[in-house]
Amino acid sequence: MTSLPPFQAVLDEHREDVYRFLIALAGRQEADDCFQETLMSAIRAYPKLDPAANLRAWLFTIARRKAVDAHRARGRRAIPVETVPEAAVAPANGTGPDPELWGLVRELPPKQRAAVALRFVADLSHAEVAGALDCSEEAARRSLHEGLERLREEWVR
Amino acid sequence: MSLERVLSRKQDVAEASELAARRFAESGAADVTYAVEPSPLGELFVATSRRGLLEIGFHTEDVPAYLQRIARRVSPRILEAPGRLDAVRRQLDDYFVGRRDTFELPLDWALARQGFGRRVLDVTARIPYGDALTYRELATRAGNPRAVRAAGSALGANPLPIVVPCHRVLRTGGALGGYGGGVERKRWLLEREGVLGA
Repeated sequence: MTSLPPFQAVLDEHREDVYRFLIALAGRQEADDCFQETLMSAIRAYPKLDPAANLRAWLFTIARRKAVDAHRARGRRAIPVETVPEAAVAPANGTGPDPELWGLVRELPPKQRAAVALRFVADLSHAEVAGALDCSEEAARRSLHEGLERLREEWVR
Repeated sequence: MSLERVLSRKQDVAEASELAARRFAESGAADVTYAVEPSPLGELFVATSRRGLLEIGFHTEDVPAYLQRIARRVSPRILEAPGRLDAVRRQLDDYFVGRRDTFELPLDWALARQGFGRRVLDVTARIPYGDALTYRELATRAGNPRAVRAAGSALGANPLPIVVPCHRVLRTGGALGGYGGGVERKRWLLEREGVLGA
């Protein structure tokens, strides 16, 4: 019989990618709170999880929902978090993420935004992206495609 | 450079995510918290559940095996959180420097054997500091004078060494016998307690 690994092992394995993903989706200001809420929901549900489940996709599903919640809450509070200069925390050039591009990602419609982050930050497969978005694989591919098209139009290198 | 390439660049979040994960671990969300602590006997694996002290282990080279067993037998909600083991650490430190003879810690027996094995540990838990029993005496007090080997085996499976002092059980005639943490550690503990001359 397979059993669930200790939660610490799951956390060690996916910690950085989940954190990166939440920065991408919710912005650096909100990432830490989203991370705490993601882990809290995850550890609560964890013992009942099927040991054969895709743990990574499961974790990113929770993270995406928390990022959506944070996004909504931020909308209600109407705090202009987007004006915080993210460039200050990212390297100006080289291998770091492009702050302007990720600013554009955060302006995409929610599904496209999540699809882009799940695919490129979390490196999930199309099937896993679909799972995390609660939609069909075809719909996930479409969201990703539309998101990338829009970014290509708006992104000035 | 392609859009996809730029999107794939990874931000360095090693430190930020580690701090955030540590904060979460110390928040009390886990059923079992553990840490690896230094001691005069070498590093110890220490784990505590919501009920009490769950496990002390000498084999810190194999922490994943300890965690797997706890995940299977107690709960998979396990996190490393040294801050939540302060009381245990303080009492162990006090014991090691000779400031404390007995432990006042709630114990969780979830990893202990049942039946005779558990009775053996209950008897062992009551052997006072500085005293010792033979394996035969232990088996007798646990209710089966003939089960000397089974008593030894139950001690070998003690999930709470030091605190449930299985080191205080010796062979008839005074030979040390075995110890889960190795006989050198047993000798150290018995010398510290004055049972063996240092």
